[in-house]
Amino acid sequence: MTPDGPPLGYAIIASILQVALIVLGGPLLMGLMAKVRARAEGRVGAPIHQPLRDLRKLMGKEGLRAHHSSAVLAVAPLVVLGSTTLAVAISPLVTTHPLLSASSDLFVIVYLLLTGSIAMALAGLDTGTAFGGMGSSRAITIGALAEPALLVAVIALSIQARTSNLPAIVAATITHPVWTSTPTRLLALVAIVIVVIAETGRLPVDNPNTHLELTMIHEAMTLEYAGSDLGLVTLGAAMRLGLLFALLMNLFVPWGVATGSSILGLLAAVVFLALKTSLLAVAVSLIEVHSAKLRLFRVPELLAGGFVLAVLAVITQLATR
Amino acid sequence: MVLFLAGLGCCVLGLVAAMVLSIERRVVVASLSGSLGCLLTFVAASHVLISGRAASFHSSLLLPLNGVSLTLDPLGALFVAMTSFVGIATLVYYVGYAKSELRSRTALSLLLLFLMSLLSVPAASSVVTLMFSWEFMALSSMLLIMVEQRRHVEARSAAQWYGAMTQLGAASILLGLLLLSLKSGQTFGDIRAHASAMSPTLRSFAFVLTLIGFASKAGAVPFHVWLPKAHPEAPSHVSALMSSAMVAMGVYGIVRVGDDLLAGGTLWWWVVVVALGVVSALFGALHAVTSVDLKRLLAYSTIDILGLVLIGVGCSGALAATGHPGDAHLALIGALLLVVSHASFKGCLFLGAGAVERATGSRSLDQLGGLIRRIPITTALFGVGALSIVAVPAFSGFTSEWLLLQGLLHGFVDKSSPTLIVLLVGVVALALTGGLTAVTFVKAIGIGFLGQARSTGAASAHEVPRAMQFGMGILCIPCVALGVAPGLVIPLVSRAADVGSASVVSRSVENGIGLTLDHVRGAIEPMLLLAGFLMIVALISGVKSLLRRPARKVEAWRGGGDRPTARMQYTATSYAEPLQRVFADVLRPEIDVEVTHAVESHYYEQSLSYESRVDDAVERLAYQPVIRTFTRVGLAARRLQNGSVHRYLAFGFVALLIVLVVLA
Repeated sequence: MTPDGPPLGYAIIASILQVALIVLGGPLLMGLMAKVRARAEGRVGAPIHQPLRDLRKLMGKEGLRAHHSSAVLAVAPLVVLGSTTLAVAISPLVTTHPLLSASSDLFVIVYLLLTGSIAMALAGLDTGTAFGGMGSSRAITIGALAEPALLVAVIALSIQARTSNLPAIVAATITHPVWTSTPTRLLALVAIVIVVIAETGRLPVDNPNTHLELTMIHEAMTLEYAGSDLGLVTLGAAMRLGLLFALLMNLFVPWGVATGSSILGLLAAVVFLALKTSLLAVAVSLIEVHSAKLRLFRVPELLAGGFVLAVLAVITQLATR
Repeated sequence: MVLFLAGLGCCVLGLVAAMVLSIERRVVVASLSGSLGCLLTFVAASHVLISGRAASFHSSLLLPLNGVSLTLDPLGALFVAMTSFVGIATLVYYVGYAKSELRSRTALSLLLLFLMSLLSVPAASSVVTLMFSWEFMALSSMLLIMVEQRRHVEARSAAQWYGAMTQLGAASILLGLLLLSLKSGQTFGDIRAHASAMSPTLRSFAFVLTLIGFASKAGAVPFHVWLPKAHPEAPSHVSALMSSAMVAMGVYGIVRVGDDLLAGGTLWWWVVVVALGVVSALFGALHAVTSVDLKRLLAYSTIDILGLVLIGVGCSGALAATGHPGDAHLALIGALLLVVSHASFKGCLFLGAGAVERATGSRSLDQLGGLIRRIPITTALFGVGALSIVAVPAFSGFTSEWLLLQGLLHGFVDKSSPTLIVLLVGVVALALTGGLTAVTFVKAIGIGFLGQARSTGAASAHEVPRAMQFGMGILCIPCVALGVAPGLVIPLVSRAADVGSASVVSRSVENGIGLTLDHVRGAIEPMLLLAGFLMIVALISGVKSLLRRPARKVEAWRGGGDRPTARMQYTATSYAEPLQRVFADVLRPEIDVEVTHAVESHYYEQSLSYESRVDDAVERLAYQPVIRTFTRVGLAARRLQNGSVHRYLAFGFVALLIVLVVLA
């Protein structure tokens, strides 16, 4: 976190690389998950780069906005994409020395993601239609219950590493490999996995493929978006997925992240990260194949479970010292 | 100090102007001189904060018995500066807001009196001066709630509740302070000097007594019942002052008595404070989520945030009591910064709620909607307050909550096992309320200001006068400034937090524009983050505008049905329904569903009414039985009096007999 690490130029390159990686990688991960799911169900499925094609198509289309909508509808995609991109740029994804790494605090990342969720929830209410309100209400409810679990799990990690600075935590984990198998880490891992599944809208919390009113959450919120606005929103959601997957892997299996200042190390880290996140994506989609969507009012129980695990993680960390 | 007194003098001049001048000139002149007074006290307080030197004043002429003693030390100066700032904004707002009863001599002079008492509470440095200002604060605010009672009948019962609670609280504080000043003199200096010689039991007793009174003022559950009644019913400029400045005086009192006068005390005091804070934070956040009335929502959110502040104050005290002065200092800085930023954003939000009420004639979210197109400036200013309270990075709420969290985290890292549980509970409460606050304010903005108008009042809303917008705008400045460049203010807050045993450590927060903590590594540079965010957004929108034509306006998607009407939108009630259901065990909502069936067939319903109400469980379970008992006793006592002179003579005779028998 101190500026006596690699030079500024390196940090800039690393951050740009991270953003590029997640902009391309997020949609590819979604494609991969859809592909694995299709194969597991005995279908051929769309090619892995299908989400990127969809994005290109959407970006070329004209945007449509409802008569009753205000500036919020137009600004929300920018806020979502902007806050997610900022979080991607400063997180330790391929290097522990990204731009602004001193400010890459765990709470900053958590609240940047929350900012994106708030923008989307407001956009859902902006047109004043029933679907948007329904999606917004459901999404923000799940977000509000997931956030405490995430925050407490993150606090458990910070207590272990004696810092809330994310790159410092990742760097400390690389030098203390024993940490990855402490009870604290394992409990926090389960809690964060639950949160990530809820936040990225995967089964069993939300079904990303559904367009049935009774079940949809994220899709209902974004129903009023079309064309390039929809493209931005979809890209934002994909990047969020990519960021959360990458952070999850780097926090618990940090190897491969570049700690030095060599460009070669960066490139190797990119390959490592791609492999790690792909593995996680395959695992998550295999779980998805075998699980059904939970009833909306069972989801809080799942998240409460995550919250309890996170609190336990803190307690075990305090008890083991 | 001269400046401070001159400021109070300006307020007195305003008071005179309010009494003498005609109704046309009164409002502007009195507000101007009041704001000037606030400006002077603000400068005086800032000077104390920057120089770190306390200033004092004593006069034996102003009050009988012991006279008036005022001292501006950094802790008091922080609260004076905050109150003056809110005072200026409120008075500016008042110029545009004042209508009919609000322009009367009573309303105006009470407002200035209230402001003066708010300014003198944190400056008081003797028991008599403190209690005198405290009572003035309570009485003037109680009367201010009643100003519009002819139109708002509920204001009467609200003022009754407030009056009863605040007098009980004041009595408790008075008892506690008298206990403290039994052996020593009644000035704070004397108490401080003799505190260590007092017996621990007496000290604890005095602390608990003052804590009850101060916690009640700070809206801590279970002493909060007056707050969600009084804040919504008061005129909005008064609600803003009450919620941002008066409620903070409770926190001031706890810090002053516990940390300063009694120099820290024992661990269990602070465990009690944290417990009060945790219960208040969760209770306030849950009720804020389910509230439909905009000002009631803000009132419950005040309970929530003040609960977080109490958690910070309590954890700081617990850390100091177990020998971690550095961490204690950090936690107290976080708590005080949260008080200051709460004053700015909650003041702004209450003024905004008043503007909405003025513009639409309603403050129920279910009657609003679509205001962003009708009153864009008010919406934007309210939005800044809301973003700040939900702790969006680069707004003041985020910085203060971050610092508070860091303070607690520091406590974890230092091995101080007895306090670990306290800290853990505090962190859990902080985490849980964060998400709920986000829902609360997404609901307030999304239902209240976005979408389509739900009533004719909302559909025909007009932008409020400039003065009101300026008032809100003034309070938006610290919301952004504290968030973007917290390092500029932290040294001042840090000086204010140098009280009692927490003062050992010189500095745990480094200056500069951002924040850097030593010893646990943590830092944020909000300004760089904001710059990065704006750059990215500019880049994206630049690329996007190159790519395509502007968006076309179309009909909203109607799902194959009719044109969507405003009634089809989600309401404030339905928006929070999932959370209300999740937390039904705590909130205990009352839901009435009434279905009338068609005559022809039981399977078709003719009409359906749904009503869901969330009452304050504490009030229902703890206060109502007491009130019922008192009422019953009162009614029983009434039977003794039937107006018959013979009976009264008989009572007198019997009493005389009893006295004689006892004496014999």
